[in-house]
Amino acid sequence: MTMRVEPIIGRYGHMEIEGRTHRVYWEEAGEGVPLVCLHTAGADGRQYRAVLNDPEVTAHHRVIVFDMPRHGKSSPAPGTVDDAYALTSDAYAAQILAVCDALELDRPVVMGCSIGGRIVLHLAHRHPERFRALIGLQSSDHVAPYYDTAWLHRPDVHGGEVCGAVAYGLMAPQSPEAERDETRWHYMQGGPGVFRGDLWFYKVDGDISGQVAEIDVAKCPIHLLTGSYDYSCTPDDTRDLARRLGVEMTEMEGMGHFPMSENPERFLDYLRPVLRTIREG
Amino acid sequence: MFAGLAETGGPGTPLALRGRALDARMMLRAGAGGSGSETLVTIRAGAVILVEDGPLVMPSWDFAISAAEEDWALFLRAVPPPGSHDLMALLKRGAMRFEGNLHPLMSNLLYFKLLLASLRPQPETAPEATA
Repeated sequence: MTMRVEPIIGRYGHMEIEGRTHRVYWEEAGEGVPLVCLHTAGADGRQYRAVLNDPEVTAHHRVIVFDMPRHGKSSPAPGTVDDAYALTSDAYAAQILAVCDALELDRPVVMGCSIGGRIVLHLAHRHPERFRALIGLQSSDHVAPYYDTAWLHRPDVHGGEVCGAVAYGLMAPQSPEAERDETRWHYMQGGPGVFRGDLWFYKVDGDISGQVAEIDVAKCPIHLLTGSYDYSCTPDDTRDLARRLGVEMTEMEGMGHFPMSENPERFLDYLRPVLRTIREG
Repeated sequence: MFAGLAETGGPGTPLALRGRALDARMMLRAGAGGSGSETLVTIRAGAVILVEDGPLVMPSWDFAISAAEEDWALFLRAVPPPGSHDLMALLKRGAMRFEGNLHPLMSNLLYFKLLLASLRPQPETAPEATA
């Protein structure tokens, strides 16, 4: 019997984030220009399994995917498991900078999806000199609340079931069923209150609509790609953001809110040219 | 519009197994006010046991899902367009409304998404698959 082994390496690193020591899990593959990938709210780094496994990407990039604290294999910092969790822009940016510093990354490319697509705008606003380029997937400057997120974390509703059901609907019906199942499973495994806590950043604290005009894309290029089926961040939301930033946006046909995870092969067709442009830039 | 639920979600179906802990009465409304239609769906142990089309006299229900007839039609296409492929997509664009005690709905959210999507036309089975 033979076994196919993926080229991905997973490790734990101990690092300080906002004054606390965290044990952070990350996966990586490849060599070259660092490419840090940020998962969506309530999920983990498994969403980027195809990017980490793509020979064309890893031939040119050191792809790094970390699980945010409280997500995937990165447990809450010691003594904080019962703390109320609401992700802020400051905390999220601090996590990304801590990982980049700990791994001694020189002007990495950062690609984020959903909340990750929002925080790259904050990075562009606060620290443009630290990044070679930023890629926003499902990226908008704000989102108006459209359902009561309290349903995602209450004792009489199974958090894994309801979070998985929300994630299910954010995907395109055309995406392969096996990949959609994998994607919603990540949500079904999330810790209590984590998805909801992340959405505090997405819907409240991370609203950057008032600062978009202050982002200088000449200091750090921004690339925006959004799936046509996403109703949380619609193509029109990204189009509006792109117009105000003065950059192009690409609408990814037949994909939803989790392009890299729900339809990985198709997503790579969109990503590879963007990475080529960044490398040649 | 919703009569098929008795078959797609009836006793012994995979949906009934998924919702096995659920008892609920769901009101489905298509269209607005007096000109619209209403359908009361009774679910016991996850199985749809009764689908009653209106007009109904003094209906009692746990929660209601309402949308214009054309929005239901978009949701029920074999491949719905963006913005109509999921109940919450319709909710986001203001085309659908959830009312009443939402606990049975939200604690069985995937069940209800799949139950209503079960009314979509199924892809034709390839001839070789039926041989």
